[in-house]
Amino acid sequence: MATVLLCIVAVWYVAAFWLNTPFQLDTYARGKVGDWSYAGLLADTMSQERPVLPAPHQVAVELYDTVIDKNVTSKRSLVYHAWITLSSTLLGFAIGTLLGIVLAVLIVHDRSLDAAAMPWIVTSQTIPILAIAPMIIVVLNAVGVTGLLPKAFISTYLSFFPVAVGMVKGLRTPEIIHLDLMRTYDASAWQTFWKLRWPASLPFLFTAMKIAVAIALVGAIVGELPTGAVAGLGARLLAGSYYGQTIQIWSALVMASVLAACLVGLVGLAHTLVLRRMGRTP
Amino acid sequence: MAIAVRDLSLTFETADGPVHALDRIDLEIARGDFVSLIGPSGCGKTTLLRLIADLEQPTSGAITVDGASPREARIARAYGYVFQAAALFPWRTIEKNVALPLEIMGLDRRERAERVRRNLELVDLAGFARKYPWQLSGGMQQRASIARALAVEPDLLLMDEPFGALDEIVRDHLNEQLLHLWAKTEKTVVFVTHSIPEAVFLSTRIVVMSPRPGRIHDIIESDLPRRRGLDLRETPEFLAIAHRVREGLRAGHSYED
Repeated sequence: MATVLLCIVAVWYVAAFWLNTPFQLDTYARGKVGDWSYAGLLADTMSQERPVLPAPHQVAVELYDTVIDKNVTSKRSLVYHAWITLSSTLLGFAIGTLLGIVLAVLIVHDRSLDAAAMPWIVTSQTIPILAIAPMIIVVLNAVGVTGLLPKAFISTYLSFFPVAVGMVKGLRTPEIIHLDLMRTYDASAWQTFWKLRWPASLPFLFTAMKIAVAIALVGAIVGELPTGAVAGLGARLLAGSYYGQTIQIWSALVMASVLAACLVGLVGLAHTLVLRRMGRTP
Repeated sequence: MAIAVRDLSLTFETADGPVHALDRIDLEIARGDFVSLIGPSGCGKTTLLRLIADLEQPTSGAITVDGASPREARIARAYGYVFQAAALFPWRTIEKNVALPLEIMGLDRRERAERVRRNLELVDLAGFARKYPWQLSGGMQQRASIARALAVEPDLLLMDEPFGALDEIVRDHLNEQLLHLWAKTEKTVVFVTHSIPEAVFLSTRIVVMSPRPGRIHDIIESDLPRRRGLDLRETPEFLAIAHRVREGLRAGHSYED
């Protein structure tokens, strides 16, 4: 783990030097600096204001500035922007998970719906989200839905899919012998669902939710791009690219990946706890 | 609980043409009987049991369980069914597994706890109530599934090769326990097996079946005493009945295919 991290940082430094050198040499040429040294070049490529690839320590300093130093309510605080994105991620993820479960339940209990709905569900995911996100935002804004919801819908749009597919599989895992057993008890469809299908599907649900929460975050960030980018990690990315603030972009990227790791970790933790309560180890 | 099977046939339509799982079966099972259905695989013994349980529907003919249809008997929870595998829910403890049918029947918590306790004691699993199925051996799991079937308090027990997957020593032990249980509770038992000693040891009547199409080849009344120990299996009377069962199986089995 630590070794991998060290390797990544090392590669990052080498890449930063390599990518930032052309611009630095240009600068030297324009400033008619003839007697630059390699040591100086190395130092200069690590401290450009708008590097092609910022060095890790530049990103670290920016992160420290915007996470620790700034008040969390300030628009310059990365925590503030992360929270904006996180809240729409969580809302979209919650709706998406619910929608996915409901769809799966309907599909499992109705054969004709299985044939009718499944192709559409798959098709929905073949449309590039970047193409459809602005339309969803614009249309929803036009009908008066603003704020968190439009962005959350993009997250929903992405996250319902793994949940629906995973739960269809999960709800169908009970073996014939278990279904026969429920039949000998004359159990109702409702009882068979709650006592057999639902508990049997939970491992599938959590695995699907791990994927869903990560792409919900991607959806929220993408959803922030076309709104004019006022706030959120997506806004930071967009503003950063408008003004060539690569350090800002990279720190927002790091923040987003840390956020994703935490979310996936939390779902994983819930998975472990629930399965332990059910007498199993995942 | 008397079961009457009249002129019962079941044909499965498959891609390779119709398969006659059962062909014109007639059978009477009296209250308190322990009847074994024995035969080679494909003779329809499990199918017959599933028909009695309303898990399959006959192509023609009829079954009555105490005068009612299998469907009515199932809805009245008149029978307990024990499958080849224990079919316990892995996320439920043993006591919760035994309580499953009772929850479905809508019994209150006190009644459930009482029946779970009583039936786990009956199968010698009182100390394992809080364990999960994977913490139990195969034989103990199957005992738990018998306790689950008994908890419904049915007059009829339908058992589909319940000890087929267990080793001989465990099987002998469970056979003895099952006989005690049967003597104590005076239930009617229909028991599917492909083991001759098991069928002879347990049954008051042995139904020998033959395959393709599934038919009853012979019905053997056992005059062995109701109280039986494992050493009964060395007696000439036991061996005589076992011999007749074996002859029946041999005669009914076509070796041409």
